[in-house]
Amino acid sequence: MTGEQIVFLVVALFTLASGFMVVTTRNLVHAALWLVATLFGVAVTYGLLNANFLAVVQVVVYIGAIAILFIFAVMLTRKDMRDQGPQMNRNWWVGAILAVLTFVGLFFLLQGWSGMSMLAKDIPLGFDAVTEIGNALTSPDAYVLPFEIASVLLVAALVGAVYVAFNRK
Amino acid sequence: MSFLNDPLKVAADWLLGIFTGWGMPVTAALILIGFLGVLLLISLLMVLDIFLVWVERKVVARFQDRLGPNRVGPWGLIQPFADIIKLIIKEDTTPGGADKVVYNLAPMLSMMSVLILWAVVPLAPTMLGVDLNIGVLYIIAAGAIGALSIIMAGWSSNNKFALIGAFRQVAVMVSFEVPMLTMLLIPTIFAGSMGMGAITESQDVWFFFLAPLAAVIFLIAAIAELGRAPFDMAEGESELVSGYNIEYSGMKFGMFYAGELLHAFTFGGFWAILFFGGYRFFGLEKVSPFLAIATILFKAFVGYFIIMWIKYTLLRIRIDHMLAFNWKFLTPLAFTLLMVTALMNALLAGTPTWLYVSLMFLSNVVVAWIALEIARTYSRREREKVEGSKAGSLVEIEAAHQ
Repeated sequence: MTGEQIVFLVVALFTLASGFMVVTTRNLVHAALWLVATLFGVAVTYGLLNANFLAVVQVVVYIGAIAILFIFAVMLTRKDMRDQGPQMNRNWWVGAILAVLTFVGLFFLLQGWSGMSMLAKDIPLGFDAVTEIGNALTSPDAYVLPFEIASVLLVAALVGAVYVAFNRK
Repeated sequence: MSFLNDPLKVAADWLLGIFTGWGMPVTAALILIGFLGVLLLISLLMVLDIFLVWVERKVVARFQDRLGPNRVGPWGLIQPFADIIKLIIKEDTTPGGADKVVYNLAPMLSMMSVLILWAVVPLAPTMLGVDLNIGVLYIIAAGAIGALSIIMAGWSSNNKFALIGAFRQVAVMVSFEVPMLTMLLIPTIFAGSMGMGAITESQDVWFFFLAPLAAVIFLIAAIAELGRAPFDMAEGESELVSGYNIEYSGMKFGMFYAGELLHAFTFGGFWAILFFGGYRFFGLEKVSPFLAIATILFKAFVGYFIIMWIKYTLLRIRIDHMLAFNWKFLTPLAFTLLMVTALMNALLAGTPTWLYVSLMFLSNVVVAWIALEIARTYSRREREKVEGSKAGSLVEIEAAHQ
């Protein structure tokens, strides 16, 4: 086993364990903090895959913005942080079936995949992933349309949020 | 390659020789050497941090027409060590009802969010932790961890003042991140790279002369990110006692305090790297890497002094004014400036340097002037509205009396 594999296994176990804690802990703020740990584990996985840009964006967007927003929302809406009610609702079996089906589907899909035992190719010298991503996101024959549509969607969501929250006197 | 030209590489090679001589595999030796390098950098930073306590206290004393620490050692130089001994032997208290794990984790995360910033600081041409090609984004990511540590401290303390302080501070940090990130993109446009090393290397002309407005906006956003006056909402000692760190005692408080000082110094350094050429000073950095380190430390200290100067001169701004200032003035201004700079950069490609620099400078001045003119008109109108309504209400009161 190489060092990289050991690091990957440790990070993957950490991510899965903290993801498990997110859904099982009763304290909502703890759940949000475990979510931060999970997202951080995903960021480390990106880093292991040499996707530095994605790793840092993961930390900036998911930890810096979304997780903080979650914590704010939990603190501002809940009177008592400890949830006393049941942790499952009546539809738990639908969720369980869906989860099992997704797992089985992914398992069969990945079983036939030959890339599992392949070693990653070395990155050529002078390869700049950030430039590649930037070119891909702005060139017309790559992803400029999805990129722009996502931006318009976000602006629309922003305007909508302001409209809903606006207090007309 | 002699020690004076590239000290780190020589030291690393020497250590590698020793470790492999002991029969250690090369990869393990390299990991150990990397670890030792990190340890060396962090130890030096912590020693610098101790010194910063003295600098901060001495400078604030001068600003307030006092002497500052002057009893322990020459010019009070040993005072910070006395402070540290005091902090260490203080009772370590944990408030009742506190969330112990989160409560103890917060000061560590706070210090960590500052220390990891130094991974991307280029100290000399050959001394750079990691030349990340996304160094600029990395700064924002570290800031996100800092925000997280503050909200953890505020929540886990089980104290209303701490929680309010944390809310305010995180609201400010999240808001001012927007103009800050936008301004970080301007050196990126000039250098054509987000890496700190490349940004430093491409500053034949300091980026301050290309984009003075960007440097000013970055400084304002950085001060807000640091939570220093006039943006010290989190502390707000007259209203919140001490904000998010109110319940912390001893060295845990010391971690927050030392983290804040080092953070301010670090942002002085980033200001120097992004807009004032980093370790470069008229070819001095090519003479010796030690001179390069001295240059960047000097520039960082100048930036730190300016941050202190602002802190001890201005009064605290009210939180709603601060957020309105950010969202209604700074953010649109930053976006406009980014668009103007990108457009000018594309239009001026291939022009001689003196023309490029002067036109860039001019475009910044024009944008700043228009923004100030709009702000002035707006504030005049608001003032007239307020004064008009006051005058009107006075007339009404008089009419009611008669």
